[in-house]
Amino acid sequence: MASRMLWASRAASHLRISVFHRGFSTVLKDLHYAESHEWVKVDGKSATVGITDHAQDHLGDVVYVELPDVGAEVKQGEGFGAVESVKASSEVYSPVSGKVVEVNEELKESPALVNSHPFESGWFIKVEMNDAGELKNLLKPEEYSKLCDEENSSH
Amino acid sequence: MGVSGKPAELLEIEPVLRDQVPVIRRFTGGGTVVVDCGTIFVTFICNKEAVPDLQPYPRPIMSWSGLLYSKVFQGIGDFHLRENDYVFGNHKFGGNAQSITKSRWIHHTSFLWDFDVRNMTYLKLPKRAPAYRSARGHLDFICRMKDYMPRSIFIDKTVEAASTQFSLRSFESEEIETLSETEFHPSTRLLSAEELEADVIAGR
Repeated sequence: MASRMLWASRAASHLRISVFHRGFSTVLKDLHYAESHEWVKVDGKSATVGITDHAQDHLGDVVYVELPDVGAEVKQGEGFGAVESVKASSEVYSPVSGKVVEVNEELKESPALVNSHPFESGWFIKVEMNDAGELKNLLKPEEYSKLCDEENSSH
Repeated sequence: MGVSGKPAELLEIEPVLRDQVPVIRRFTGGGTVVVDCGTIFVTFICNKEAVPDLQPYPRPIMSWSGLLYSKVFQGIGDFHLRENDYVFGNHKFGGNAQSITKSRWIHHTSFLWDFDVRNMTYLKLPKRAPAYRSARGHLDFICRMKDYMPRSIFIDKTVEAASTQFSLRSFESEEIETLSETEFHPSTRLLSAEELEADVIAGR
């Protein structure tokens, strides 16, 4: 937990964003979140997408990441790939609509980046958004934290 | 083979091609199993709310399955769930695989009813193996379920255990295919000989 807070602080100062620490998983401010546990960082029309700390923690050790091809179209709320962790293949959903302009090739050799750096080097895809208005459908950091708390307390 | 399995790493390709063993890539995670006429498959396909208070993630689902099967194998052969496998003692007899989406999940098990020692030679020792395997070869690692329980008893007890969680109806498999009105495009597929050969070349 201490090392997780340390890297989160380092990641935050690198990305120049603020962090608040959860009891169980890290939620970064300045990101938008999907109920299906993906995050998106928006910079103009460009969006970077990954899965959250809560998601990687619950999935376990990631051994393979299935990503779309560059040029593929993604749609908000629809599956664009999958994460394999030991025995399970878990679908991941795009929080935004648009065209995939870059995929994280590092994940081929180092899928464990998703576990160690879910908000940083463990990103999945970069998307050129075609409708920034869709961001209003996503959760704010506080809303996402509440969702994680509810999930954690329900079992 | 599981969704990300690399044939050249998991299979002895030459004998597989020579003996024309069909190789199927599943859409679920997990490892490689030899399927023969004795293999028993048990699959749970659940909406995410189907099991109360069960979080739709790999480990909770795996634990839930372990509890269900502990009812089936109560008092038999020191059954437990060990690092995602079903074992008697430290011998594996059931391999698991899952796929999880936002609205439902599947958990399926290949139960090793019996096996022909010769068929095990199609499999390589996987790079990713559970710690409890301790580098044992196939024959030292697995066991035959038929040595522990009659087939009909296993099926009856599994159905009984499922009935403690769900209400049950029985169908013939042909009836199930006609029940669905949705168009279905399976992602599980047979790998071609060319794909298997290409994977060997790519590995070199």
